[in-house]
Amino acid sequence: MHLSESVNTGFLFLAPWLVFAPVVGLLFNIIFGGRLSEKGIGIAASLASGAAFIVSVLLAYSVSAAHGEAMRWRLAEWIHVGTLNLDWTFRVDSLSTTMMLVVSGVGTLIHIYAIGYMHEDVRFKNDVGRFRRFFVFLNLFIAAMMILVSADNYLMLFVGWEGVGLCSFLLIGFWYEMDTLARPSWANSDAAKKAFVANRVGDFGFLIAGFIMFFAFGSFQFDAVFAKVHEVSHGVIIAITLFMLVGVAGKSAQIPLYVWLPDAMAGPTPVSALIHAATMVTAGVYLITRSAPLYSSVHDAQNIVAMVGAITALFAATIAVGQYDIKKVLAYSTISQLGFMVAAVGMGAYVAGMFHLVTHAFFKALLFLSAGSVILGLERGHHHVEHAHAHHEAKSKKFGKKKEERHASHDSHTSIGHEEVFDPGDMRNMGGLRKTMPVTFWLYMIGTLALAGIFPFAGFWSKDEILLDASLHNQTVYWLLTIAAFFTAFYMGRQIWMVFFGESRHEAAAHAEESPKIITVPLIVLAVLSVIGGALNLPFEGFHNLGHWLEHTVGEVEALGLDLGVAGISTGLALLAILFSWLIYGRNPLKANQPDPLKRPLGFLFTGMENKWFVDEIYQAIIITPFAKLSQFLADVIDWRFLHDWFHETVIAGTYNWVSNIGLNEYADQKGIDALANGLGVWTQSLSATMRKVQNGFVRSYALSVLLGVVLIVGYLILK
Amino acid sequence: MIPINYYIILSAILFTIGVTGVLVRRNALIIFMSIELMLNAANLAIVAFSSVLQSFSGQIFVFFVIAVAAAEVAVGLALIVEIFKSKRSIDVDQMSGLKG
Repeated sequence: MHLSESVNTGFLFLAPWLVFAPVVGLLFNIIFGGRLSEKGIGIAASLASGAAFIVSVLLAYSVSAAHGEAMRWRLAEWIHVGTLNLDWTFRVDSLSTTMMLVVSGVGTLIHIYAIGYMHEDVRFKNDVGRFRRFFVFLNLFIAAMMILVSADNYLMLFVGWEGVGLCSFLLIGFWYEMDTLARPSWANSDAAKKAFVANRVGDFGFLIAGFIMFFAFGSFQFDAVFAKVHEVSHGVIIAITLFMLVGVAGKSAQIPLYVWLPDAMAGPTPVSALIHAATMVTAGVYLITRSAPLYSSVHDAQNIVAMVGAITALFAATIAVGQYDIKKVLAYSTISQLGFMVAAVGMGAYVAGMFHLVTHAFFKALLFLSAGSVILGLERGHHHVEHAHAHHEAKSKKFGKKKEERHASHDSHTSIGHEEVFDPGDMRNMGGLRKTMPVTFWLYMIGTLALAGIFPFAGFWSKDEILLDASLHNQTVYWLLTIAAFFTAFYMGRQIWMVFFGESRHEAAAHAEESPKIITVPLIVLAVLSVIGGALNLPFEGFHNLGHWLEHTVGEVEALGLDLGVAGISTGLALLAILFSWLIYGRNPLKANQPDPLKRPLGFLFTGMENKWFVDEIYQAIIITPFAKLSQFLADVIDWRFLHDWFHETVIAGTYNWVSNIGLNEYADQKGIDALANGLGVWTQSLSATMRKVQNGFVRSYALSVLLGVVLIVGYLILK
Repeated sequence: MIPINYYIILSAILFTIGVTGVLVRRNALIIFMSIELMLNAANLAIVAFSSVLQSFSGQIFVFFVIAVAAAEVAVGLALIVEIFKSKRSIDVDQMSGLKG
C-alpha cells in the first residue's frame, strides 16, 4: 500500500514492456506478417506474449524482493488539465503482478494453442488470409489487458477496460460474415455488437462512478482516492461502488448484463478461452479487488455485490444444465464462476476471489481449449466422412438424421443442397469420443474435476475458500453458491457423459481424430496447473501463499483454515451431482435423436433452462422492442414529422421564405431597389423617346432650334 | 452722314432675310447663300459700329470673318459637291441620315 522510492526497484524499469512487447508483436505481424508463414506469424505473436510473461515474472520477483511493496514506474505525462493530473504510470504490486502473470501466462499458452487451432479453423472456413489478423488481435488484446491491470489510476484502467472491450468485439466478430456453422449470415457480427452494446451499458456505470469519484476525491489515482476514503461521505462511496458494480456486471458478465457472454462464443475457441473465460471477464473482479478500500468501507454495497454474484452463479449454473452446445455450457459455467468470484470479493474475501480467478483461469482455459480440440476433432471427422461419401454416395442416406430437437438458436437450420449442416459444437452429435480423442478426454476430465471442485484439484481449494468465507459472512450467499456448486458438478458431469461416453451419435464423432501436439501440449501445461494450482493458497497454516502475497495490496485478510463441514458439504454435493449425472446420462447413454432425459421429469423447468430462462426474449420484449419503438417514434414523429416537417420546414423555412418572399423580395427588392433601377431605365427610355423626335433629320428644323435658342438667350440677355 | 440706325436696320433686314432663307429653302446652295447673307449682315453691322466708334478693330474683325467665310464656303461647297455625287440631289430635307 505504500509507495516507496527508496527500496531497490529491481526490474521495475521493464514495466512498460508489458504493453510494448505485445504491441511490437502486433506491429511486426502487421508489417512483415504477409511474408511469413503461418508458423512464423504464430511464433512472433507467441514470443511477444511470452516476453510480456517474462517481464511479469521479473516484476513479480522484484515485488517480492521489495517485500510486497507497491512500486510505480512513470512512463509519460498523460493528462494535465486544471486539477486533474494523470500520468501513464505502471503500478506494480502484488495484485497487479498476479493479474499480469495470469494474463500473460495463460495468454501465451493460448497463443501457442491458437497456432494449431487457427491453422485448421481458417481452412475449414476457407479464408487462410485471416490467420494473421487473428494473432494481431490477440496481441492487441494482451497489450490492452496489460494496460488495464498495470494502471495506476482509474482512468488508465478505463483505457485498458475499453481496449479489451474492443478486442473482444473484434474477436467475437472474427468470422463476421458467417454464423457459428460457417453459413453466410450476420449472426457472428450480431453477437459482437451485442457484446459491445452490453459492455457500453456497463461502461456507462463505470464512467459515472469515475465522475462522482473525481467530484468527491478530486483524483483518479488509486492511492490518492483510497487515502481519502474516510473523509468522503458514506452515500457518495455507495454511489461510486454501485455504479462501478454496473461496470463490473457488464465486463464480468453478471446479472443483468451477462447476456452477451454466451453469444460471445461465436468467436474462435482460443478467444473464448482467453478473453471470455480466463482474463478479460475477470477484469470486473480485479476492479473490485483493486477498489477494496472503497468497497470495504460500505457494507451495504458489499452485500449487493455479493448477492449479485451469488444469484448470477446459481442462475447461470441452471441454464448451463439445459444447453446442448459444448461451448455454451462452458460459457454459462464461466458466468456462474464469475458469480462466485464477484460474490467473494463482494464479501470482502478478496484473496478468495483472486484465488478463484487464478485457478478458474487455468481450468476454464483448459476446458475451453479442450472443447476447441473436441470441435476440431469432430470437424476432422466430418471432413473425413464427407470425403468418404464422395465415393460412397449411397451410404450417406443412413446418416441423414439430426433434424429435430435443434437448439433454439439453431432453429433456422437449413440444408445446403442435399447435405445437412453439421454442427461440430453440438453435444448431441458427439458421444464416445473417449476412444477417438483420448488425450483430449483426459485433459477435459482434469478440467471438469477442477471446475466441479473435487479434491485435490485447484478448483476445490479456491471454491471452498469462497464457500467458507460465505458461510462466515452471509448465509444466503453461502447457500446460493453451494447450490450453484451442485449444479456446476451436474452440468459438467452431463457434459462428460454426453461428449466422451456412450456411443457416437454422429458418424463425424465416430471418425473424430485427436489433435496435434501444438494443441495438446499447451493443454497439458494448463492441466498441470489445474491440478496443482490449489497449492497457491492451501488452507493450512503456513501455506497461505497467495493471501500473504496479496495482503500487501488488499490489506490484512483473515487466513482461514480448512472447515471440514463446508468442504464436506460441497464435495459431497459435487459427488452426488456427478452421481446423478451418471444416473441420467451415463448409465443409459443418449441415443441419436433421443430428447434430453431430463426433459420429461423436469417439464417446463427444463424448457426454461434450455431456453436460457427466456432472458433474451424478455430483454427483447421489455427493453429492445420498446427501445426500437421509441427510436422509431423519435425518428418518425419527433425528428421527421415534428422537427423536420413542422419545425424546420414550416416554421424556420416557412418564416424564412415568407420574410424573403414578401418582405425582402416583394417590398425591399421588387418595389424598392428594382423599382428604382427599372424606373431609372423607363424614365431614360421615355425621355429619349421624347427627345429623339427633336432629332428629325431636317437640317432646317435644327436651324430653327438654333434660332429659337439664340432668340431665347439674346432675349434673356436683353430683358434681364 | 448716314445715321447708324439705318445701317443697323439694313443689317437686321439682311440677317432676317438670311435666317428666313436658311429656314425655308431646301436647296443647299441657297442655304449657303443665306448663311453668307447673315454673315455679311453681321459684317455690315460691325463695320458700321467700327466707323461710328472710330475703331479699326471692328474692321479687322470683319476681315477675319470674310476670310473664314471664304474657307467655309470652300469646305461647304466641296461637301455639297460630294453629297450631290452620291445622292444626285442637294435637297437638304433628303439628307436625313441622322434622324433619331
